[in-house]
Amino acid sequence: MKQVLKVEDMSVTFELHQSEVHAVRDMSFSLSEGETLAVVGESGSGKSQAFLAIMGLLAKNGRAGGRAMMGDINLIGMAPSQLDTHRGKDIAMIFQDPMTSLNPTLKVKTQLSEVLVKHRGFDQQKAVMTSIEMLERVGIPEPVKRANAYPHELSGGMRQRVMIAMALLCQPKILIADEPTTALDVTVQAQMLDLFKTLTQDFGTSLVLITHDLGVVAGVADRMMVMYGGRAVEKGSVDDLFYDPRHPYTLGLLHSTPHIAKRAERLDPIQGLPPSLEHLPKGCSFNPRCAFAFDRCLVERPPLADTGNGREKACHYEGPMAYGKVA
Amino acid sequence: MFGYVTRRVLSAIPIALIAVTACFFILRLAPGGPFDGERALPPTTLANLRAHYNLDLPLIQQYFIYVGRLLQGDFGPSMVYNDFTVAEMLWIGLPFTLMLGFSAFVIGTIVGLVAGALSAVNQNKWPDYVLVLLVMVGLVVPNFLMAAIMQLVFGVYLDWFPAGGWQAGSIPHLVLPITVLVLPHAGRTARLMRGSMIEVLGTNYVRTARSKGLGTRLILARHAIKPALLPVVSYLGPGLSYLLTGSLVVEQVFALPGIGKYFISAALNRDYGLVLGTTILYMFIILAVNLIVDVLYAWLDPKVRYR
Repeated sequence: MKQVLKVEDMSVTFELHQSEVHAVRDMSFSLSEGETLAVVGESGSGKSQAFLAIMGLLAKNGRAGGRAMMGDINLIGMAPSQLDTHRGKDIAMIFQDPMTSLNPTLKVKTQLSEVLVKHRGFDQQKAVMTSIEMLERVGIPEPVKRANAYPHELSGGMRQRVMIAMALLCQPKILIADEPTTALDVTVQAQMLDLFKTLTQDFGTSLVLITHDLGVVAGVADRMMVMYGGRAVEKGSVDDLFYDPRHPYTLGLLHSTPHIAKRAERLDPIQGLPPSLEHLPKGCSFNPRCAFAFDRCLVERPPLADTGNGREKACHYEGPMAYGKVA
Repeated sequence: MFGYVTRRVLSAIPIALIAVTACFFILRLAPGGPFDGERALPPTTLANLRAHYNLDLPLIQQYFIYVGRLLQGDFGPSMVYNDFTVAEMLWIGLPFTLMLGFSAFVIGTIVGLVAGALSAVNQNKWPDYVLVLLVMVGLVVPNFLMAAIMQLVFGVYLDWFPAGGWQAGSIPHLVLPITVLVLPHAGRTARLMRGSMIEVLGTNYVRTARSKGLGTRLILARHAIKPALLPVVSYLGPGLSYLLTGSLVVEQVFALPGIGKYFISAALNRDYGLVLGTTILYMFIILAVNLIVDVLYAWLDPKVRYR
């Protein structure tokens, strides 16, 4: 399969007053055409920052290193004016909070049509027509009325549909969705995921789904990448990782997810807290919380290594993982 | 929208009445009267004068007489410049004062908005530091002091502009007084604009706009300026009232033929009719500006809809 995005040795650093924080380190992955990649991790694992960096949307004190190749062009370090010829056209992004991600002072149709005017050179009228068609396509009833509405006149789910429509207007090669369902209630979440599935298939768009909700991953993604402390710790197909996790952190995540079929009094969380990126533990970042950690884990950081069958993991432990041991 | 404006205009009536009442009685609380001078008048003359202007009646009766006349559009006579009615005095000085105030208002608002926006876009870089410094100077130096400095530097030492006085239609005579009025207004506007623009540039919706590849100019023009204007617009009403009252002082310093000269001497001479007349007229201007500001608000923020 053709690769649409190839990220190599990417890093993201933030400069604070006294120190530097490495939000993402040594990140490498590729995204194939039409594929859905889930990026999973706790808050502060660097999953959002990695993709904001690819979009050139880091905060002012943020710096990105490495390469993110979209075809022959490297998105990292590209001048903003040049990046603007790709953002919104070849690569688009949907954000977590639809309540604040739309401009409250502009009509929906203005915010949609400007994308087509900019990237496709449409005149205003044609751009609005196309925008309305797209609103219909993302399942918005009465699209003409909604196009003339302001964002505050729409519900949260409706606004997220508008965001999806906006991102897909130019039929981008890559769509990055940063926790697109987190702010929505559960019934709307399911509709939204269906929509993602259908539309990315229709347009042949590759989807990156940033989430901490494993239920979302199971429903939509083909492959997944688990991140911890700014690094990818395990990669592979969703089936492999769900049924045969090889990194203790992946295992912990799976076991801390509630199951409707399993009768349990309490959830099984991973003990401890996510590490501060400023003071990562020596050796493997996960060692203070890991039930399988041994002496080597305390001194030597495990590299992300190929374990065959398209899987990679960053862990020294090779033995069997019975779950009871973690808790 | 029309209904809203009508109701706002109607609701201005009780506000105006309260303001007139407060002004009337507060003015009478001040000791002395229009006919107290260094040389005491003969008692009969004083009594005649007081009777002529109804000052011998009980205060509450005077109040009703004044309000009754006011409702008919009559501001009454000036008690010190006894050849003129208050309306005539206002008509002589007010157009100039309003011209001065509104020119300073328009220039100051534009300068303030542009400076604030530039500051915000270049946050923590040298243009920002320079602008913030200028804004602070404009804000903290009081207008009578700034007026004297301007006269001295640009009027006397450099001799670029006349240091005072007025010739009809002469723009150079207006440069220094308008500059003195513009500085604090532009400063306050710029400070507000800088703050709200920085906030808007950090919002999620501006990030969305960047993710669409719109380019800096379009993002600023279409996505950032309108929401950033909101807090600034709500300042413009009080801002104009600062300007108009400030212009009274500035006119005096620059010896300009506005209402300022009369207003200040009227206050000192207890020329009740003239002080009240000026205050009431200002009040109406400020009420009108606040109404315009509220209507502007609805245009800027679609969440505000007046019914």
